[in-house]
Amino acid sequence: MTTPGRRWRAFKNGFAITLCGVAVLVALAPLLSVLWLVVKNGAPALGLDFLTKLPAPVGESGGGVGNAILGTLAIVSLACAIGLPIGIGAGVFLAERGDGKFGGAVRFTAEVLSGVPSIVVGIVAYGLVVLPMKRFSALAGAVALALLMVPPLARSTEELVRLVPRALREGALALGVPAWKTSLFIVLRTARPGLITAALLAIGRAAGETAPLLFTALNNQYWNVRPDQPTASLTVQIFNYAISPYEEWRQKAWACALTLLLLIGFLSLGARFLARSPGEAR
Amino acid sequence: MAAANSSTSESIPVTPAAPGGRRAFSGDRVYAGALAAAGIAILLVALLIAATTANTARPALARAGLWGFITGRDWNPVEDIYGALPFIWGTLVTSVVAIVLAVPVAVAFAIFLVEFAPSRSRSLLRFVMELLASIPSVVYGLWGLFVLVPLLREHVEPALGRFSFLPLFRGAPLGVGTLAAGVLLAIMILPTIASVSVEVLRTVPSTLREGALALGATRWEAVRIAALPYGRAGIFGAALLGLGRALGETMAATMVIGNSPEISASLFAPGYSLPSIIANEFSEATSALHIGALAALGLILFVVALILNIAARLLVRAVVGKFERSSS
Repeated sequence: MTTPGRRWRAFKNGFAITLCGVAVLVALAPLLSVLWLVVKNGAPALGLDFLTKLPAPVGESGGGVGNAILGTLAIVSLACAIGLPIGIGAGVFLAERGDGKFGGAVRFTAEVLSGVPSIVVGIVAYGLVVLPMKRFSALAGAVALALLMVPPLARSTEELVRLVPRALREGALALGVPAWKTSLFIVLRTARPGLITAALLAIGRAAGETAPLLFTALNNQYWNVRPDQPTASLTVQIFNYAISPYEEWRQKAWACALTLLLLIGFLSLGARFLARSPGEAR
Repeated sequence: MAAANSSTSESIPVTPAAPGGRRAFSGDRVYAGALAAAGIAILLVALLIAATTANTARPALARAGLWGFITGRDWNPVEDIYGALPFIWGTLVTSVVAIVLAVPVAVAFAIFLVEFAPSRSRSLLRFVMELLASIPSVVYGLWGLFVLVPLLREHVEPALGRFSFLPLFRGAPLGVGTLAAGVLLAIMILPTIASVSVEVLRTVPSTLREGALALGATRWEAVRIAALPYGRAGIFGAALLGLGRALGETMAATMVIGNSPEISASLFAPGYSLPSIIANEFSEATSALHIGALAALGLILFVVALILNIAARLLVRAVVGKFERSSS
């Protein structure tokens, strides 16, 4: 039975599927363009000097962003020291004892906090650390990044811990292992590959943050590892170079961007690799 | 996933240990205390953000009043005059442009991934989504400044200029401006909207889809009749999450919006957004009033983002929760 609309409907079907396919291409285009141009414009300037030297003043050739790379690593490490324990702890709390009203409130807060603009968190770190210390510092930047890191990490930790089979936990408890040891050495250990992946992804996101560092860690022309001093970071360096009027600095912005993408890429590659490693977790 | 959840999700009653086992008892208490402290820390973070921002903003709000501050059209740090309206306007316009451009593409992307794509290419599409999400915003800003802006100036804006009977497309094609910021934000919020939409569409029971197909619906009709109505609230939530991200996105907007506090109906005109002015002026602000005014802008941003995110999460939960209840 051929209804008159049948071909029209078949056409609409094909048309809609094609449109959805076009949407995929539309999404793909900027991604490829960004990646390609960062590699193309960044690669020529990238070299050992660029990765290890201090920035050169305008007009002088050479120079690098070694201090910014070190700064990013320092700020992010410090942020991890603050953020990872709290985020993972909160996640375990949600998974193991989070079924009550209080747990529900914590879970919802974590979800909503994941959407708070990072620049607002920068203001918070400014008020909490910069104002009392009366100076910009790596610590202030790290506090901002840690605040950003905790809520999403708590949520992903919760999901990973919930995936651990209940039988493992019951087995340990049945053998008389105290609940806290069960949680730390059985449950968390089983979830470990997943947790490492989640942590690496969180670190990658933190390393890419710019806005909350602008007025917390600020910037620094020189090497610095002291947490109470202003510190350079790759992202802030990209921003400063990009908006500068000098062609050679703009060139360096691309090279910085390539360095940053490589850093984040290694982290997420590592995360993928660990997530897949020998049939634990899933 | 939900099935795995439901088998482990009821928490195991943590035995408060028999009175005899004192050692185990104290270890459990310390551990429980530490976990609860981490949970409380999350709530504390929320309070901390609200309190610190409000406290830093107080001098400015005390001076002009909340309403006076929001409706003030002038921003002049030299004379200590602070009004938020141009920034609220810029944020609104760029976010609306971003949403209008991003939602159709993102939802179509999600539909393609969940409903039409051959199963082998699904993980590739997911990877594309993750990659888009993982590029730092300052890199998008760099790309926007040196690729998108020239493209808009030379090709897109002159073409749109033909529609100059609409006030939206009037003025000189500068490249930098609210249109550039809106387009860039659209690219950046695309993965957010797409991934939440995917999550929502995946919860549509396959019986609904199969029922439609069995009645003779084409694949698209099955999506339109069965999947989309079921997930509508969740997709709306996804769009709200995207809007929340667009409002607060700082670096990319700062680098291409033109940074000039004007209120113009044209998308070609330079503007200024709430996060951009904070990013540009905060580190150089010295007077308590100036810092306060910037923090007050941050407070507005925080409150709006909070409302959007709460609404979005509730909507997404309504759909995904429906799924989890029915499958357990």
